Amino acid sequence: MSEELSQRVIKVIAATKRIPVESITIDSDFMALGIDSMDAVEILFALENEFDVNIPDEDARSVRSIRQMCEGVERLLAAKAAR
Amino acid sequence: MRRVAITGLGSICALGRDVPEFARSLAEGRSGIGPIESADVSQIRFPNGAEVKGYRHAPYFDDRRADFIDRFAQFAVIAAREAVADAAFAWTPELRESAAIVTGSCVGGQGTEDIGFRDVYKLGQNRVHPLTIPKTMANAGASHISMEFGITGPSFTISTACSSAAHAIGQAFWMVRSGATDLAITGGSEAPFSFGILKAWEAMRVVSPDTCRPFSRDRRGMILGEGAAMLVLEPLEAARARGARIHAEIVGFGMSADAGHITQPSADGAARAMRAALRDAALAPEAIGYINAHGTGTPANDPTETAAIRAVFGTHADRLAVSSTKSMHGHALGASAALECLATVLALRDGILPPTANFREPDPECDLDVIPNEARAARVECAISNSFAFGGLNAVLALRAG
Repeated sequence: MSEELSQRVIKVIAATKRIPVESITIDSDFMALGIDSMDAVEILFALENEFDVNIPDEDARSVRSIRQMCEGVERLLAAKAAR
Repeated sequence: MRRVAITGLGSICALGRDVPEFARSLAEGRSGIGPIESADVSQIRFPNGAEVKGYRHAPYFDDRRADFIDRFAQFAVIAAREAVADAAFAWTPELRESAAIVTGSCVGGQGTEDIGFRDVYKLGQNRVHPLTIPKTMANAGASHISMEFGITGPSFTISTACSSAAHAIGQAFWMVRSGATDLAITGGSEAPFSFGILKAWEAMRVVSPDTCRPFSRDRRGMILGEGAAMLVLEPLEAARARGARIHAEIVGFGMSADAGHITQPSADGAARAMRAALRDAALAPEAIGYINAHGTGTPANDPTETAAIRAVFGTHADRLAVSSTKSMHGHALGASAALECLATVLALRDGILPPTANFREPDPECDLDVIPNEARAARVECAISNSFAFGGLNAVLALRAG
């Protein structure tokens, strides 16, 4: 996964949750960051806007960590590029 | 304090255009959930809802009157007409002056507002229809009921999201019980099938892509519904004296606030509302035989509600029947609690407990007797109907067989 992509994802999360970018790493999990289900839905919304993708509910449901979130965005971007 | 009888019932929703149709659907465990037809869902992630299929304002309203009334308020008037006819009381000038109307609605006429906003934002028009405000206001249901019957007494609307109608019925119940009024028309109505509203629900990611499966392990969310249910409430003694049919009694009402999260439910808040309703009714938990659950079918609600029921009822929770009729009439937001109160009345009156439809797989986190898929013949003396709104505002009604 590209560093640039993960940094963009982290920036979106930090802006949405209004926490410092430095407090988030690729290995942070939602629980530790205090991200609850409504925060997660807001982050998905912000990611959809940032990357111009649609994140299906089914894909979103299992995501528990920043790494999974980055991987998910990466997959969706690859699918978009292939179209 | 006076005892309070339910003497009139009315409804229109996905399960039927009147109460007998509603009762038949519940008894048959027939879900009203299907492909959404009244809004364009080609750009919406979920295709299904619980609509009043093929609804037109005729024959209920003539064209000119319908111009003034949003679909949600039309449903309110239709249900109120049936409830008033069912109660079969004689209007007097004094009664029209003192009767109360208390309705619940969550989104009111936002469907009308949605059209106006599309006109100005998307189509670039410079004006919206002049009836946008009076059609959108959430109190339009109560207002049109008052005009329909010439009722000039205390009339108002409560908006507490998914608990709206329970808070409304509870207020009306307390007003009749205390002697503030001798007759109340109360319930809730909703019509949320409008593109902008559906988009907002889509964004919350709580709507199921297929159907509503409360308490089932494979549940995937709620299904939106629409419609109305209205009740006529009177003092029990007066109702008996005039020979009215007593469908059931309302015996208690309890409220609470979670004071926690704006969308995540709290078992403690739900439990406190149930306890408050039992206390108001002076009923022991063991007196309750049936619970019409809030049971939205979301991953979060159902285990939280199960935990709350276990906290309130202890070991008696294993002898209780619990079902979610949202599996059939959908989640009609501000009308939900009225439809569910009506379902509870029918369960007590007819001795048929409505099922939780679409149930497939037990969930250890929802280990209650949820009456899966088939209605059950059982005589129950007392029941409660739960409503737990977004915003953490909870309302519970307690009822007794008439």
